[in-house]
Amino acid sequence: MKYKSVFDIIGPVMVGPSSSHTAGAVRIGLVARKLFGRKPTWARISFYGSFAETYRGHGTDVAIVAGLLGFDTFDERLPNALEIAQAEGVDVTFSAEEAIPHHPNTARLRIGDDEGELELVGISIGGGKIEIVELNGFALKLSGHHPALLIMHNDRYGTIGAVASVLAKQKINIGHMEVSRKEKGKEALMAIEVDQPLTDDLIQELEQLPNIIQVAKLAD
Amino acid sequence: MFRNVAELVALAEKDSIKIAEVMIRQEVEVSGRSREEVIAQMDHHLAVMERAVERGLEGVVSRSGLTGGDAVRMQRYIEGGRFLSGETILDAVSKAMATNEVNAAMGVICATPTAGAAGVVPGTLFAVKEKLRPTRMEMIEFLFTAGAFGYIVANNASISGAAGGCQAEVGSAAGMAAAALVELAGGTPAQAAEAMAIALKNMLGLVCDPVAGLVEVPCVKRNAMGAANAMIAADMALAGIKSRIPCDEVIEAMYRIGAAMPVALKETAQGGLAATPTGRAIAARIFGASAASK
Repeated sequence: MKYKSVFDIIGPVMVGPSSSHTAGAVRIGLVARKLFGRKPTWARISFYGSFAETYRGHGTDVAIVAGLLGFDTFDERLPNALEIAQAEGVDVTFSAEEAIPHHPNTARLRIGDDEGELELVGISIGGGKIEIVELNGFALKLSGHHPALLIMHNDRYGTIGAVASVLAKQKINIGHMEVSRKEKGKEALMAIEVDQPLTDDLIQELEQLPNIIQVAKLAD
Repeated sequence: MFRNVAELVALAEKDSIKIAEVMIRQEVEVSGRSREEVIAQMDHHLAVMERAVERGLEGVVSRSGLTGGDAVRMQRYIEGGRFLSGETILDAVSKAMATNEVNAAMGVICATPTAGAAGVVPGTLFAVKEKLRPTRMEMIEFLFTAGAFGYIVANNASISGAAGGCQAEVGSAAGMAAAALVELAGGTPAQAAEAMAIALKNMLGLVCDPVAGLVEVPCVKRNAMGAANAMIAADMALAGIKSRIPCDEVIEAMYRIGAAMPVALKETAQGGLAATPTGRAIAARIFGASAASK
């Protein structure tokens, strides 16, 4: 079953006009914001495919920036996100790319400030559901049909085990997991799909673990 | 767990409960949340729908300027009293448009089952409110019943215009609303399924051809007609009229028609109304000439 909950059908509550081009775009921006961990001072946003063709009409640009500001899909400040970003000193630029993407609704986000940068590629697959297919150069292969965790961490022994223990303690089962790193001992990424819903308390507990840099959740 | 309409109706009949109750029990089981939490969330979604209709009836205009104001226009016409069809059905039409006008204007709505089809279910519910005087809980149940039928369509066919055309969006919404109307009016689970079948049958083949790719033209008026279709289908089912083709087979037919539909007519803004001279001219005005030539 692709759709498990009645609230996939009677929901989500969202700012219009499009579940894929607006609500999905907010969620891509929001994942980037959560993984970056703070408000960026600049953002370079590239649109591909259908996003490149229609982003102005659907408010896809406004929606991604709203996500970067930490607004959710139903936040009534969403339509004013570009003005709010400008007022808060976030420098945002958009570009519509010619390249043909693998998925029609694709956005590449590069965000940063004086202390760091993050690059992420997200796709909006319909009904407000999204997938993150690339993060800081790491390719991700999440099904998008289950809640998922993205955890940036230092490549040290015991980190993966500690995360798995926290999940086990909360009776959360791991259905699929990928671990990748750029170089031995440097920045690494865990992408974990689970069978049970993920609470904010759980995210906070994971963030307290040693060697964890950032944690973000993707709802199914 | 129910996988199709036949199983859903059988579950309701076996325990002599409403379809809404079958959906609530399944949601509690699948989500692991309490009954109170699940009902409270639907109550919240109902409140969002109420606010969206109120805002639409105050009058809104979209960023493109293509849509807005028709919900208000219809309310004024109803007040004039010289309408041809009926007050309740026109009220459903007005309130369906109100929601979609708010959606187009980047207002807050509840997708049912999508943002583009979000007008039909609340439009019909709020239109029959004066006649049927439902309790708050009965209105919440209306949404669970609509959700149960939508859940079956989403898992066995599609609720996405890009995958199945508008029949999958407004068509699904009309079927969901028709079934929920029947249950709210006191009809049986089997009659609810007949209403869903009758409504969806009359939406089969409807393409998704939004002008300039925006969720505005013809989406707002398709929601209006989806609501009208749902009301008539509900009345037909309550009159004892049955669909010769069972509901599950209508859903299957919708899926096959969607798969056979050309890509130009599935939310790509390349065919149908989007490709008319006026449709292209609107796209050129909004996005510039280069986008419109594609």
